[in-house]
Amino acid sequence: MIRSVTAILIKDFVSELRGKEMLLSMLVFSLMVAVIFNFSFPPGSEFIQEAAPGIIWMTFIFAGLLGMNRSFVYEVDKGCLQGIMLAPIDRAVIYISKLIVNFVFILLVELIALPLFVVFFKLDILGSPGYLLLVVLVSTLGFAVIGTLFSAIAVNTRTREVMLPILHFPVAIPIIICAVQATAAVFQGQEWAVVWGWTKIIVAFDVILFIVAFLTFEYVIEE
Amino acid sequence: MEQICKQPTVAEPASGVVQAEPDSVIQVSGLTKAFGHHHALRQISFEVRRGEFLTIFGPNGAGKTTLIRILSTMTPPSGGDVSIDGFSLADDANKIRNRLGVIAHQTYLYETLTAAENLRFYGRLYDLPDLNNRIEKLLAEVGLRARQNDLVRTFSRGMQQRLSIARALLHDPSLLLLDEPYTGLDQHASEMLSGWLARLRDNARTILMVTHDLERGLDLADRVAILVKGKIVFSKASSDIDKSKFQKTYYEFVEQNTRHT
Amino acid sequence: MISYTEKESNRTLIVLSAVVLIAVLVDLFLIFQFAPEERSMGHVQRIFYFHVPSAWISFLAFFVVFVNSGLYLWKRDRKYDLLASTSAEIGVIFATLVLITGPIWGRPVWNTWWEWSPRLTLFLVLWFIYIAYLMLRSFVDEEEKAARFSAVFGIVGFVDVPIVYLSIRLWRDIHPSPVIAGGQNSGLHPDMKIAFFFSLFTFTVLFFLMLLHRLRVERTAIAVRELKRQMAY
Repeated sequence: MIRSVTAILIKDFVSELRGKEMLLSMLVFSLMVAVIFNFSFPPGSEFIQEAAPGIIWMTFIFAGLLGMNRSFVYEVDKGCLQGIMLAPIDRAVIYISKLIVNFVFILLVELIALPLFVVFFKLDILGSPGYLLLVVLVSTLGFAVIGTLFSAIAVNTRTREVMLPILHFPVAIPIIICAVQATAAVFQGQEWAVVWGWTKIIVAFDVILFIVAFLTFEYVIEE
Repeated sequence: MEQICKQPTVAEPASGVVQAEPDSVIQVSGLTKAFGHHHALRQISFEVRRGEFLTIFGPNGAGKTTLIRILSTMTPPSGGDVSIDGFSLADDANKIRNRLGVIAHQTYLYETLTAAENLRFYGRLYDLPDLNNRIEKLLAEVGLRARQNDLVRTFSRGMQQRLSIARALLHDPSLLLLDEPYTGLDQHASEMLSGWLARLRDNARTILMVTHDLERGLDLADRVAILVKGKIVFSKASSDIDKSKFQKTYYEFVEQNTRHT
Repeated sequence: MISYTEKESNRTLIVLSAVVLIAVLVDLFLIFQFAPEERSMGHVQRIFYFHVPSAWISFLAFFVVFVNSGLYLWKRDRKYDLLASTSAEIGVIFATLVLITGPIWGRPVWNTWWEWSPRLTLFLVLWFIYIAYLMLRSFVDEEEKAARFSAVFGIVGFVDVPIVYLSIRLWRDIHPSPVIAGGQNSGLHPDMKIAFFFSLFTFTVLFFLMLLHRLRVERTAIAVRELKRQMAY
């Protein structure tokens, strides 16, 4: 199992580092949004700091959906997913590998974009960068857990690009609410208990939805 | 030709499984695939003996691709029994996957990877020993050794199909399933593919091909069958068939069986 | 065999239709005549007898979707897919009713059309989830694939609901909502209780009647499609 997961990871990383389609599009998108949102507030407005957590997470979700869509389109383009399914590996291996790939790529983009958001929006994270990192980690995992499942579905529909957000958003609402609130708590310099109050719901989401997605994934990819 | 021409390792019979006929590689009985009242396959039964080349013809929508998908463990059947090399489809899917290779009109190749990287990726999934040597030999055999470090994106359709053959043979399968392998190939590439298939057949590999290309399908086959609307309506050894009249026979059978349902 | 089951289901339909007809009439009487007028809210409170049962029916409907989605993936019998998809449609209708009656009730009572109260917000999210479910079905060309995908989504969506509610409630805690005069279940007049529970019963039988009708229509549509497919050659 570990060997097959590694094989798929190597394949995806090599291919992505060569083309950088997913990473570049996600990164450029995030940066553009950061700049554009600045224009939607009056210059020097204090309000942008309050709105920052929401802006940051909406940007990351949209960027993540962009990337996850790509990652399955590229699997089904030449029937490669069928090629993988012909190999003597469990279907769960495919889910785990694609989940890791999506998680790592989105996280990478977030870690590059986040400092820029902090600079652009004049935010203060120096108080507790560790808390922020934790929130980013668990939230991104949650996005990827359902995003990997849903992008495997969306790629088979007539409206590939539109279907993924339509499936993803309503189900991701717990993460959206909690990630925004936890991030706001970090920016406001609140104590750990407050941040954890939100984060624990995201953790519960990650665990429960992972189990469901893990169990149902094989029904999605069966031809 | 070393790799392709050598006899495939004949699979050891599955322990504890009683084989009705040890010589048949594919055994299908009462196979059905249905969704509600819509039947893609209706109670299909057939056998393919070791080393035999069976071609199944059928018009679009006859259930050919569904049949290949079921035999290649990608989609579960709704009813009936399928066993491959004595292994049941339901219980030993991974053992079956180790024994079969699929060549389809889709290449299953990543365009952003090189030829060698593609084969290495699939080889790792099959957990093959001595992978690098195997890849080199196979690439040499399909005539792509000089291009092994080029991206598949830069390959012509014919070259991609050759690489796709190498991919299918990587784990030395004893059974090959071919799903419309001629689609999208030009005259030259088609002839090359026929040459390959003939060689594979002559080396004791069992081959099942589904196609609507009557001429090429008939050329290579030991036995042919016609699938119409999810039923096998015709099956005969190709030596008993008058090749010049087969086209007429085929259309008659398709016509007859689509009218009365 | 087909005609036998047709006859059976016809009889069930007639009986159920009669039950629903009588229940609706009695329910209307109970709601508008029998139940007393609420002291502080006045007549507008009577929308409660529609609002809460609608909410209950949409939960029931989405639970039916969840159960039948699981059964479909397990048994691969199309009837479970039909039950799941028709139930989802009806669930969306009743969730829409919740979202319409909520503001009508809220306007005079809370003095606002829309209030981000945990329950109303939850229904908005539910509504989106099952609209997505229905869209997914219509955007997949192969029927068998549509059944598989929507079954997976029907399971994921339902499992998600408690977590959605948990997060919304916590979120509301930091944005306190206006105090609602008299909780819905606190100190309900006995006659109100009678009207309420009868209303619940009426909506439940109505749900099953709609489900049966919708199933019949869908079965006919499938039979027609199948006939067309056979003739297409």
